[in-house]
Amino acid sequence: MTDIDLLPSEIEEDLRDSIRSLLESKSDSAFVASLYDDPDTDTSALDAAWAEELGLAALLVPEELDGAGATISEAAVVSEEIGRAVAPVRFFSSAVVATTLAVRLGATELVERLAAGEAFAAVACPATSATLDSGVTVVESGEDAVVNGTVPGVIEAAGADELIVVSGSGDDTIVASVAAADAKAEAFLTLDQSRRLADVTFADAPARVLGRGAQAADAVRAATVIGRTILAAEQYGVAQRSFDLALDYIKERRQFGRTIGSYQAIKHRMADLWLAVSQAGAAVTYAARVASAWQAGEETIEEAELCSLVAGSYASTVAVNAAEEALQMHGGNGMTWEFPLHLYLKRAKADELILGHAAAQRRQLAPLIDITLD
Amino acid sequence: MSTTDIEQELTTEQQAVVDAVNAAAAATTAEMSDQEKYGVQFDHGLAWVNFPVGDGGLGVSTSLREFAADQMTKAGLQPPPRGSNTIGFGMAAPTIVAYGNEEQRAVLRKIYTLETIFCQLFSEPGAGSDLAAVATRAVRNEDGYLINGQKVWTSSAHNADMAILVARTDTEVPKHQGLSYFLLDMHAPGVEVRGLRQITGEAEFNEVFLTDVQIPAGYMLGEPGQGWKISNTTLNNERVAIGGGNPREGGMIAQVAKTWRDNPEYRDPLLHDELVRLWVEVEASRMMSERLSQKLAAGQPGPEGSGAKLAFATNNQLLSGLEIALSGVDGLRYDTYEMRRPVEHSMTGRIPGYRYLRAKGNSIEGGTSEIIRNIIAERVLGLPGEHRVDKDVAFKDLPK
Ligand SMILES: Cc1cc2nc3c(=O)[nH]c(=O)nc-3n(C[C@H](O)[C@H](O)[C@H](O)COP(=O)(O)OP(=O)(O)OC[C@H]3O[C@@H](n4cnc5c(N)ncnc54)[C@H](O)[C@@H]3O)c2cc1C
Repeated sequence: MTDIDLLPSEIEEDLRDSIRSLLESKSDSAFVASLYDDPDTDTSALDAAWAEELGLAALLVPEELDGAGATISEAAVVSEEIGRAVAPVRFFSSAVVATTLAVRLGATELVERLAAGEAFAAVACPATSATLDSGVTVVESGEDAVVNGTVPGVIEAAGADELIVVSGSGDDTIVASVAAADAKAEAFLTLDQSRRLADVTFADAPARVLGRGAQAADAVRAATVIGRTILAAEQYGVAQRSFDLALDYIKERRQFGRTIGSYQAIKHRMADLWLAVSQAGAAVTYAARVASAWQAGEETIEEAELCSLVAGSYASTVAVNAAEEALQMHGGNGMTWEFPLHLYLKRAKADELILGHAAAQRRQLAPLIDITLD
Repeated sequence: MSTTDIEQELTTEQQAVVDAVNAAAAATTAEMSDQEKYGVQFDHGLAWVNFPVGDGGLGVSTSLREFAADQMTKAGLQPPPRGSNTIGFGMAAPTIVAYGNEEQRAVLRKIYTLETIFCQLFSEPGAGSDLAAVATRAVRNEDGYLINGQKVWTSSAHNADMAILVARTDTEVPKHQGLSYFLLDMHAPGVEVRGLRQITGEAEFNEVFLTDVQIPAGYMLGEPGQGWKISNTTLNNERVAIGGGNPREGGMIAQVAKTWRDNPEYRDPLLHDELVRLWVEVEASRMMSERLSQKLAAGQPGPEGSGAKLAFATNNQLLSGLEIALSGVDGLRYDTYEMRRPVEHSMTGRIPGYRYLRAKGNSIEGGTSEIIRNIIAERVLGLPGEHRVDKDVAFKDLPK
């Protein structure tokens, strides 16, 4: 095994500081909560700040294509901070999953627009699907194609400029891109309004084929592995912040003449939660480092996939658990709109299902670790 | 993974390890006894590479231990089986290297060569979780100290040559302040060891009666009254030793995964998910231990190490319980309840029933899971301490 260094690098810590201060100033919890009252809250200033000014839209774009050429470990740090802030940014959907597909398929023109932060893309698959398959009909003719069908619950489809469609598997895989104007994306009120979903309908929508066959299948697999790793990092961020909020609160809140954090029943639950959150952090960092090593040609995709499934299935459960525990320890305050716990719980619960819930991910993991059901 | 096809540049520390391995390999001959071979490894600093030079180490980072183990394997150097001196390796050695004087440190070599097997004389009938309540007395006399008292649950006392011992040197001060830490010769007159039969049938631990045992003054580690502080070094190391250090799918999970693979007739979708869930849980806790050991690259483990021990206990118990269910009626067969006194014990050896019963001790030995949670809550998370009625009372005035 390659020696995987699990301690943060200086570059990562600098990146963490800058994204954290940006999100603190541009996306505090009151701002996120406002998305529940008014889904049309203007997020353009925030978009410009993370995507263009901080250049995070170009983070995973190779330097040859004028990107930052960052590692997946660095992207994971960004995602962790997004989770900590439950920030409503299209980093996961556009800058990670869609961008990875575009880069891997050599869709240079699309990559450039995405990297510049001028355009955002969404992959048109149901949020809860374990694969990126759109489940629509794509009829191709050379470089062009026509797309028909409806995809329910697509992450951040509303407001995206491009919708990427994935159809088929293996050698039959086709990846195509549809301009938003040629499809209909109807956002609905989502359990987690900090990452909205939309039902997307394609009616004879004209599309450009970005890739087909084995190359497209490889790109889809890479985007899934990287996406799952980055999502796990976000879940860890949600978990860690929920934990921190609970810890701060129970050190202050007094009942029966003492802080509630002095009761052993609470202390022991916090100790268990700390362990789970810390383990999630370690599994996420490990998965991100292994994925970076794979990108650098020093590790296999099988190992990156295995680690992404370990991190993904573990962190998704821990994040929900942490948000639920934090809410409980806040008592009545936890149930109020005023405290940010509800934002974390909603994000954690929604994230739990994205790219497959924990049990589905374990089912995918099972054959990779030779523990099969039949 | 693909380390083989990638030329990696060695760091200075790695190079030091490689040089030591090469020198030790050159100095080892086929005619040597195992003990002599271990001695050569110790003398070249390969016993525990993070220890200082002269104490069996090279003074490099703790995180290089695995690297050193790999290099030794490649060079054909077989390290001693740690399982036959668990307490010597895991608890006594790191405490002695931290607090021992030059004379006391001489025992490190014998721990490594397995000439001196250690046991840990901490717990007493009245002092388990509340270890600071030990009542065994150590009274100063002309020749050193005279020890009287009773210890209990002492693993491997029946095989041990030496012990690390916590005893009370002062009853006038509150309980934490009157303790001192000793090395004890288990063959000294007045030491009596009686096997205590366990849930598994065997007697892995013992009662130890100490009656007028005379020990030389030079056998005290640190200063009188420092016993509690030094014990904490031992306990932190113990928890790391219990909790960490397995490769992927090592330890109990390896056993249970094998049982799954070998017994297709007992497979069930819900048990399948439970097994994969625990596989993930163990992997996550392995990563956390790994990160912790990188963080502690130098120096002693702190309270965070307790996390690994807590996870280990919980996971082992869930896994060994699951294994019974994955084994059909064979899960209910037992190999032997004969009262034996094992020289070496393995958590994963024997059969599912044994593993299930033995794993129940994992949340008790080395600090109960409740005490570990207190430690995490108080020392890692900074939550208030438990109410302690006996904190400021002289030991002699405590209700017994
Ligand atoms: C297999 C095995 C091997 C061992 N080997 C050794 C050895 O080699 N050397 C040695 O010195 N000792 C050894 N021990 C002893 C072990 O360290 C003690 O058993 C342990 O510390 C618990 O003490 P106790 O048994 O007195 O339980 P108690 O302290 O009486 O605890 C009983 C129960 O009460 C709970 N409890 C106690 N205090 C608190 C509290 N403040 N808050 C919440 N819950 C609490 C405990 O968690 C436990 O559930 C061994 C034990 C086992 C099982």
